[in-house]
Amino acid sequence: MESFFSRYKNALVLIMVLLAQLLALAIQVRRPAAEGADRPSVSLLRYAVVSVVTPPERLIVGTGHWFSSLWFGYFDLIHVRRQNASLKQQVQRLQLEEAGLAQDAAQGQRLQHLLDFKEHYIYKTLPAQVIGTSGAEESQVIYIDKGSDNGLQQDMPVITADGIVGKVKDVFPHTSQVLLVTDPTSGVGVVLEATRTSGILKGRPFGQLQVVDISPDSRIKSGDPIVTSGGDQIFPRGLPVGTVDRVVPDPEHDPLVDVLVHPAAHLAGLDEVLVVTNVGDSLSPQEAKDIAASEAESEAEQKRASDILSERLPSRYDPNAPADTNPQNTTGPNGLPISPPPPPRPIHPDQFSPNAEPNAANMTPGHRWASVKYGTEDTTPRAHPPAAQPGNSTTSPTATAPAAQTSSAPAAKTAQPKTSAPIAPKAKTITGGSSAPGKVGSNGPSAPSHAPVKPRPAAPASTSQTAPPQGGHR
Amino acid sequence: MALMASTRREADTQSFPLFVYVLTPLLALGLQSFVPLFFSHFSILDLPLLVVIYFASTLRTPIAATIGGALIGLAQDALTHQPLGVFGIAKACIGYVAASLGVRIDTESPATRLVLTFLFVVLNDGIDWVLIRHLLAHPMPWGWLHELVRAAINTFIAIILFALLDRLKNRE
Repeated sequence: MESFFSRYKNALVLIMVLLAQLLALAIQVRRPAAEGADRPSVSLLRYAVVSVVTPPERLIVGTGHWFSSLWFGYFDLIHVRRQNASLKQQVQRLQLEEAGLAQDAAQGQRLQHLLDFKEHYIYKTLPAQVIGTSGAEESQVIYIDKGSDNGLQQDMPVITADGIVGKVKDVFPHTSQVLLVTDPTSGVGVVLEATRTSGILKGRPFGQLQVVDISPDSRIKSGDPIVTSGGDQIFPRGLPVGTVDRVVPDPEHDPLVDVLVHPAAHLAGLDEVLVVTNVGDSLSPQEAKDIAASEAESEAEQKRASDILSERLPSRYDPNAPADTNPQNTTGPNGLPISPPPPPRPIHPDQFSPNAEPNAANMTPGHRWASVKYGTEDTTPRAHPPAAQPGNSTTSPTATAPAAQTSSAPAAKTAQPKTSAPIAPKAKTITGGSSAPGKVGSNGPSAPSHAPVKPRPAAPASTSQTAPPQGGHR
Repeated sequence: MALMASTRREADTQSFPLFVYVLTPLLALGLQSFVPLFFSHFSILDLPLLVVIYFASTLRTPIAATIGGALIGLAQDALTHQPLGVFGIAKACIGYVAASLGVRIDTESPATRLVLTFLFVVLNDGIDWVLIRHLLAHPMPWGWLHELVRAAINTFIAIILFALLDRLKNRE
């Protein structure tokens, strides 16, 4: 008996070692402690190995990042200012876009509330540094430098800004193991955005991704985006997963197909990841605050746009005009208040013109007060007088009209031609009923105020002050 | 080329400083875990397996090689998410076979190392595949081309690694 053991001790040791490990394997496979969790003894062994292997990795990664941050934070700052300005513009643009989408999001939330659908929004994330991998092709896992001491728990989703990465598998005090989505044992609920086809994202050997066992659909095209569906209760809905690479038939399920996926996140070169440590059913306070800020900024932007539009449209205020002609200026250069310009006076006033009708007390029943020509009322439009000469606006025939309207007959007399300077090639008829209202009712058609008047020459300088310059540009 | 050990020196056991027995497996595990961060194709290598093959074939003690291979394999298992024992079983077998062969053949010859390492890598992957596929029931395909390429690359690296480790042997 002794010779048997001594003769086959090598083989016996091998058999014992193999049996022990096979037994341990069977126990681990048959009786897992919990869903996805290791037994305490297994966790203890993993923790022992991780505690030995990861500290040097953490040290190397930390040292490398210290040097890289020293370089990128102090020396390599070229174009930072320009990039900062560009990023600020991008932030403003994104805030505006977000404001536009906020209404849709709010409506979606209301509808989800009506349907009692529990949406999961990301409340809080924890950045973590990737410090190691499993080192085996069969196991697509990475190690991050945050653990239970930082609040990490099992099954927390791990993402990057580009897309999903995986979920926390094992948590140690200072380190955590993350199972990548490329591992064959992982599964993520996803939706093809173009066709709204739901499926399960699983890893393939050698780090590939595929959505397995979906119905054939000719609408599925290469490049279609794929997002998380939220059905796995781990990843919030709507996170980018990747794009469709190509569709291949499923050899095990003949009518169904598999969709090979190009991951959105750069899983082969992960440097820093975000662990989603808190999710909720509604928007986080910070997100709500951001949306409110972007909405306010959107309103301000719209106001600015309306201001710009109003500046481009014609305005009562003309910055190029003389200072005393703008309505905003209430005082002239001499300090006297400037009255608003009178309404334009009609070139050919008739009985319908403002202030053309005589006082009812002065009217005689049956008496025609409008001018008569060839037996009818003379309402024929006349030729317009030529424009007044620059700097001589008070000499135009209508220039005196406002003054005549508001002043008495002597004031109207000042508008009568004193000189015979020929400034207008054509004759002009001014029905002066309004200039002397007191005479309209009492005068017949031959009254001076209704008589045709020859073109007025330039008024003398003494008369230029009797009428404002705005009156006679018609 | 003499494959079989023809002299006492070729069949004699070798020894290393104690730190080599401790640091070399740890360094292999660390590199295997760390380098794929920056070079993802590095995971096609299996440095712990090469360390097991080297020490087993050099020390030529099957019991120590079996236990050592099992420990290194379990440590490698601990870094993955799969149950402990898959790599442990495979590397215990490789250690035992390598040490048993090391007693009979000249394992210091580069040609012998070339052939043995190639075969051991394929054998190791075969055991892993059987355990993962049939014991754990995980979908894992077997691709001959990939396995042969993987074995060839590991063999090439093993030649360099073994030459470096030879320099750490105790001089008599």
